[in-house]
Formats: sequence, C-alpha cells, structure tokens
Amino acid sequence: MNPPTPRLDLQTTPQGVVAALQGQWTVAQLSRAAVWAPMARTLKTAVAQQPAGWDLTGLDQLDHLGAQCLWHHWGHQWPADLATTPSQRAVLERVATCGDAQTAPPPPARISLLAHALTQLGNGVAQAKDHASGMLQLVGQLVLDFGRLLRRPHDAPWRDVSGHLYRIGASALPITALLGALIGVVLAYLISQQLRQFGAGSFIVNILGISLVRELGPVLAAILIAGRSGSAITAQIGVMRVTEELDAMRVMGIAPGYRLVLPRALALAIAMPLISVWTTLAALLGGMVATQLATGIAPSFFIRALPEAVDVANLVLATSKSVVFGLVIALVGCHFGLRVKPNTQSLGQGTTASVVASITLVIMVNALFAVLFKSVGI
Amino acid sequence: MNTNAVVDIQKLWTVFGTAGRDFVIHKDLDLRIARDEILTLVGGSGTGKTVLLRQMLGLEQPAKGEITVLGQPAAQLGKQGAAARVGMLFQQGALFSAFTVLENIAFPLRELKTLPKALVHEAAMVKLQMVGLGPEHAHKMPSDLSGGMVKRVALARALIMDPPLLLLDEPTAGLDPESADTFCALLRSLHRDMELTVVMVTHDLDTLFELSTRVAVLAEQRVIVSGPPREVAAFDHPFIDTFFRGERGRRAMAPLRDTQAPERKPHGK
Repeated sequence: MNPPTPRLDLQTTPQGVVAALQGQWTVAQLSRAAVWAPMARTLKTAVAQQPAGWDLTGLDQLDHLGAQCLWHHWGHQWPADLATTPSQRAVLERVATCGDAQTAPPPPARISLLAHALTQLGNGVAQAKDHASGMLQLVGQLVLDFGRLLRRPHDAPWRDVSGHLYRIGASALPITALLGALIGVVLAYLISQQLRQFGAGSFIVNILGISLVRELGPVLAAILIAGRSGSAITAQIGVMRVTEELDAMRVMGIAPGYRLVLPRALALAIAMPLISVWTTLAALLGGMVATQLATGIAPSFFIRALPEAVDVANLVLATSKSVVFGLVIALVGCHFGLRVKPNTQSLGQGTTASVVASITLVIMVNALFAVLFKSVGI
Repeated sequence: MNTNAVVDIQKLWTVFGTAGRDFVIHKDLDLRIARDEILTLVGGSGTGKTVLLRQMLGLEQPAKGEITVLGQPAAQLGKQGAAARVGMLFQQGALFSAFTVLENIAFPLRELKTLPKALVHEAAMVKLQMVGLGPEHAHKMPSDLSGGMVKRVALARALIMDPPLLLLDEPTAGLDPESADTFCALLRSLHRDMELTVVMVTHDLDTLFELSTRVAVLAEQRVIVSGPPREVAAFDHPFIDTFFRGERGRRAMAPLRDTQAPERKPHGK
C-alpha cells in the first residue's frame, strides 16, 4: 500500500506534462501542517506550468476538501484533460456545481465609527424605554394579580409560594448569617481602633448599631439574595421560555403572571425582611464578640446600650425597605426571565443582566430611602 | 478480529439507576457494523437507540461490555481530530448558537488552523449547498432558522470533514417530505462515492426503506434481529408486527412489494 501522504508528480509523457496525484487527498492528511504548506506550493507551481492533463486515477482517496483544493487551484474550471474514476468525478462535480454558485452575500459591511456610536446610543435608548415599559407592565400585572389573590385566596398558588419561601428564604439562612457575622467582626475592629484615638470607645455600640440595623444589614442581605435568588428566578423562567413551557402554559389558559411572577414576588416580599433581620442579628453578634476582643467592652454592656443607641424607628424603616428590596429583586428577575429569547445565548445574557440590574436597583432604592427618611430615627 | 467492522459492540450492558431502582436498557447486546453499510436502528421508545449512538461516540460509558469504533475503544474517540473520524447529527441539531451558519459548518475545519481561510470558506459553502440550502442563509444565526434548516446545517457540519462514519439521530424528523427526499438522495450519493458507513436512528419508514442496507431491531434489551429491511419486516415479533405491518408500515412497504426489487429502489415517483 502506498504511503498516505498526498503527493503530486509532474510526469512527462508523449502527450506532454501530466500532473499525477497520489496518496490520500483527504482533510485528515491535507490539514497536517507538515503536508499543507509544501503541497500548496507544489500545486501552485504545477498549475503555473499548465500541464497538458491531470491524472487522478492513482489516488487512494479523494474527499470533498481535496477536491475543493484542486478546484480552487484550477481557477474554478475543469482542466482540459482530466482522468478520474467515476466516484472521484462525482465528488469533483458536487464541488463544482455547489461551488459555482459562489454568490454568498458578503458579511454585513462595516459602518463608520460615528454611525456605530449613534446606532448604539439609539439602541440603548430604545432598550431602556422597552425595559421601563416592561417593568411597568409587570408591576401593574402584579397589582392586578394581588387583587385577584385577595378576592379569591383559595385559588392562589400557595404551594408555589411556600416552595419559593423555603428555597429563597430558609435555605439562604446559613450563608447570610456567615457573611453578616464576618462583616460585623471587620467593622467592629475597624471602628474600635478609630474610636480609641478619641477616647470614645463606648460609642462603638451607637455606630455599629445604627449602621448595621439601618443600612448594612438590609442592603447586605438584599445583595446576597439578588445574586442568589434573582439569578435563579431569571434562569428558571428563561429556561421555561427556551423550552417553550411558557407558551404551553399560555395555551392552557394559565396566566404566567399569576403562576410565576406572583408567587415569587410574594415569597421574596415575605422572606426578604426576615432574612434582613437575621443578617443584622448575625452581624451584631459578630460585632459584639469582636468588640469585646478588641476593646474589652462586655457583651452585657453592648446589649444594654443597644436599645438606647438605636431607635425602634430604624428597625421599622429597615424592615419596610427590605420588603421593597424583595419586590424589586423578584420583579427584575421575572422581567429579565420573561424577556429571554428562545436561545441559550440570550439565557446567559439575561441572567447576568438580571443580577446586575437588581443589585443596582437595590442600592438606588436604598439611597432613595436614605434621602426620604433622613430625619427618621436618628 | 474482523478488521472490516467499523463499529463493533460486544456484550454491552447499559444500566440507568434512578433512586435505588436500576433499569437495564441493554443486556449482552452484540452488534457489528461493517464498512459501507447503512444501518438503521429501530425499536420502541426507551429501548436505548439514542443511548447506543451516544455510547458509540464515547459520550456515555456502558456498564459492561466493549465498543470499538474504527479500531479504537469508543471512549478514546473524543480526541483531537475526531471530526475527521466520526460525524454526528444530533436530534436537535446542537448548532453553536453564538456562531453563524457558515461559522458553524466551518468550525471543525477552522479549528485545525492549517488550511487557508478562503479554502475553508469555500468548503463550508459547498457543504451548505450540498444539503440543499442557498448561499443566502450563510450569515444567519441558528436562532433565525426553522427546524428543518437547523437539521440541514447540522448535517452539513457533520459532513464537513468527510468522516468515514456518520451517526444520525432522527435525521428526517421535522423535515418536510421534499427535504426528506433531498436528504435521502444526498446520503445515497455520498454513500456511493465516499464509502460512507452510516448508523441511523429513525422512525421514518420511507427513509428506512429507501436508504438502509440493514435494519437492526432493538427490543428485549438486545438486538432481536438484523438484516435487509424485507427480511426484518417478515420476522415474527410483536414490535415488528406493529412497526412494519401496521397501517403506515404497509403503505411504506407497498412499493417494495410491487417492484420486487431487493433494496434501495427509489419509490413514490
């Protein structure tokens, strides 16, 4: 058996120079770097010499890429004298007929930088408007669905609500507690060192109490839940879009808003304030322990001083804004989930965008609360 | 050992375990597929046709037994250059959604990084038109294609390296009759010119009778019978009874009986 390496020999015969091909002209052989470069050169010189004929009958194998390669070098036309076996001719003919219609439209032309920037801007504005109206619709639908829930509470998807409560709320308790406690420890060490310079060590209770109860606890919990459950909501609903489950639901006359959005919004609105309080407690505990280690202030003093330092209004404010955070996370998650297009790339993009948007919105809403209620509780 | 066998399956066991309960899908299954065959796997739902294809590709490991594909254990198939050995048409197409149609088809060639861009582009265009799609579809994204077009692009991608072994999972499901005919004609000419070995899972009796040189029936956890379509159709088994001799089966087989041609006789014209 001949070596498989593709070869091309120029043979002198009575009829003139004939290019004789040997070996395996297949993609597996031709694509080897050691074969392709010399073969491309040989082919070029062979074609340049304009051989009287081409003899393919000595070939062991010719596949479509080998034929393509020949056809390419023949300048997309049949050579005058070509000797082939029937199946080789069939392969060549297939390449020739399909290759003749090389009328593929070129990829979309590049546009100028300015035009590109303007298009981007326009797209951005249109998209922002799209998102805003989509969110508005979702909020409106949620209000209507909530009305339906109040009117006929027996028909509501309670099982879904309890399932989401467990998945979003209960299963998030360990991680939120751990992170809350660690943040409390870090803050306590940092603040106690600063306060010691002014000899005001006991004020650590005020600073830790106010900042953790009013701001850090709820925001930290909300960011964690946005990353953990917001993305999960988008992915769940997005997968349902990709697999046409949403359409199936709609065909059965089941409103996706009522069965998908409402239970998640309800569950997050209930779970979020609870998790927020839980995170705050864990952070205070961590802070208390670290305070004792750093400054020697006893936990008993800490616990006694805390109610005096932190007004109850702070707790009310924190809890009520946590409800809003929960609703924001649920609505953003559902919004991006419902906008996923039926392909996998869109699913990934939607999930990422959902997490970024919900964290951004949580921080924005928090800032709004801080401005609106700046005189409450402090 | 038979060197002529492209795929050699010996004493194969496939077991799926779900929550403590084991389901045996294949039990001591033997199957040998020779070069130049077009073998169709048929069987009821859950008899492990697709699983068998996936095992030939090394995507799934059997519980017991050996699968040799092109002289190598199937598990070692997924190495570099696999596209030149085996082509697979997945049931849902499995196109890369981030690439255009042309990039999808050219992907295995482009990954070799030796061939010039123009040649790769031309080769992909040829394959695109071989499967019956016009050049105007070259720059579309997979999400803009219809189900039938996805199938054809996936076939073009499976064929880009002209592999000697082609595995097809429900190739004509979701195709309109005309596309299915084009598909059969293409496969038949490729089989003739390229010495292609094809393993196909299909429920489409027209395709089965038009293309198969051999039919293997999976039932009772093994291959109960394999042979030319006419012989298999005459075999006595409840599944074959309903599959081949049901209403649809009789209609698809009618041309076979009329012409008395052994196999691969174009019909319906």
